[in-house]
Amino acid sequence: MEDLYRENILDHFRNPRNFGTLEHPDFSHEEHNPLCGDKLRIDLQVDDDRVTAVRFSGKGCAISQASASMLTEMVEGKTLEEVKSIDKQDILDALGIPISYVRIKCALLGLKTLKAGVYGVQTWVEEDNEQDIGW
Amino acid sequence: MAIEILKPATLNVEAIRLDFPILARKVNDQPLVYLDNAATSQKPDSVIQSMDFYYRNYNANVHRGIHRLSEEATLGYERSRARIANFIGARSNKEVIFTRNTTEGLNLLAYTWGESNIRQGEEILLTEMEHHSNLVPWQRLAKRKGARVRYIPVDDQGCLRMDLLDELLGPQTRLVSVTHMSNVLGTINPVAEIATRAHAVGAVVIVDAAQSVPHFPVNVRELGADFLAFSSHKMCGPTGIGALWGRRDLLEAMEPFMGGGDMIREVTYEGATWNDLPWKFEAGTPGIAEGIGFGAAVDYLSGIGMEKVHAYEQYLVSYAIEMLRSVPGVVIYGPEAALRGGVVAFNVDAIHPHDLASMLDREGIAIRAGHHCAMPLAGRLNVAATARASFYFYNTTEEIDRLVAGLYTAKKVFKF
Repeated sequence: MEDLYRENILDHFRNPRNFGTLEHPDFSHEEHNPLCGDKLRIDLQVDDDRVTAVRFSGKGCAISQASASMLTEMVEGKTLEEVKSIDKQDILDALGIPISYVRIKCALLGLKTLKAGVYGVQTWVEEDNEQDIGW
Repeated sequence: MAIEILKPATLNVEAIRLDFPILARKVNDQPLVYLDNAATSQKPDSVIQSMDFYYRNYNANVHRGIHRLSEEATLGYERSRARIANFIGARSNKEVIFTRNTTEGLNLLAYTWGESNIRQGEEILLTEMEHHSNLVPWQRLAKRKGARVRYIPVDDQGCLRMDLLDELLGPQTRLVSVTHMSNVLGTINPVAEIATRAHAVGAVVIVDAAQSVPHFPVNVRELGADFLAFSSHKMCGPTGIGALWGRRDLLEAMEPFMGGGDMIREVTYEGATWNDLPWKFEAGTPGIAEGIGFGAAVDYLSGIGMEKVHAYEQYLVSYAIEMLRSVPGVVIYGPEAALRGGVVAFNVDAIHPHDLASMLDREGIAIRAGHHCAMPLAGRLNVAATARASFYFYNTTEEIDRLVAGLYTAKKVFKF
């Protein structure tokens, strides 16, 4: 049981990095995971095309909260182009555990929220919608 | 901790478990503990074999061919209808319509009975504990018709506010559609009483029996409702088939649902006339193997006896509630065991139900986590999601013990 929730995930879940909201965000976006009712908001402050501050807030499972927390660490200091290039695999690598087909939406909620905010679209559609079920 | 709950001596669960091949499976190197029966039940050998035998020996279309195989297939399919009619105490086989599932049965009613009977300004009365399948079709119908949807509130125990029923009912109420048993709270609703009071104001009564017919004796004549819908797959049968029972006079007066083969009497280039009940509502080639499997499931349940199933599940749910209550940080939703079926929704500390379900899965324990297709009810309970353990007659108290042990491990991992 313990191997699913490794210490790094539990650490990010218990002590989320960059948790909160920004007073004057340049980008702010909220997404829902209809499967479990989780909500996630990400605020970005951008100066000269570079992310100078990032905050996330919301409620959800350990996987969605920890992956969002890890994502904020990846985003800090990056250019918007670099932020756009963060993909699914980066998140899965950061989590470092096998994520099952049914939990992938939890793991990617943060990324989906971030990209939707940065691209300024209602819902970011992942390029690779075909999930590898691994069968 | 010694918990004294008397086990009914009437059910040989060890023998019953051998009828279900999947229960021998291991998940993550642990014997499977399947506690997601409110979502779908497992299937006994007899059901699996009945469908296999059909495909191997008498696969043909029904109600059509004048040949031996078609005759056997028709007999098998219609025999199942008769078993199902008998199982729920219907007066006639003609009152039992095969559907895909409960959802389709309720939608059929919204599109046929609802479309011709609900008018602007009239009211449809539901409850706050309905599954989406008994909410969305009526909300859509109300929007089309300019009708109003109202709800019988749920009290803090998870029971319907029956004291408010007479205030909610009136001459404007055309329809009352209620769940027989909540798939989240487990609450068994007093449907017979609701039907009596609803009929007194001239309303038609529909029962969502998806969670009741699989788990305790249901007799449509004693219940006094007008329509009742349920699914095969929650009662040991295959997916893809369900039944809608309706009062014959109402069914006779209704327009068909879908148009196509089998539901017609005569078709000309100008129009068509409809087949007799129940086929008027069964357009196209039905799920024949599924219908046959559904019949085998009803035979299997009848062989055990629904009173025994219910008594044993009451024992299981009493035990589960007692055991879960003993775990610090567990919050249980819904009423006391005596008022509910074999469903327990709960939360553990601040552990998200999805995390809990993932961790239990590691131990081979299958539960459900989420809003259980009853999002408004989750809002009423002030939770985004809950974990849910739901039982069937093949579950054991040892499996509940494993669930509880899993909760303690989860608490340790999350350090609550």
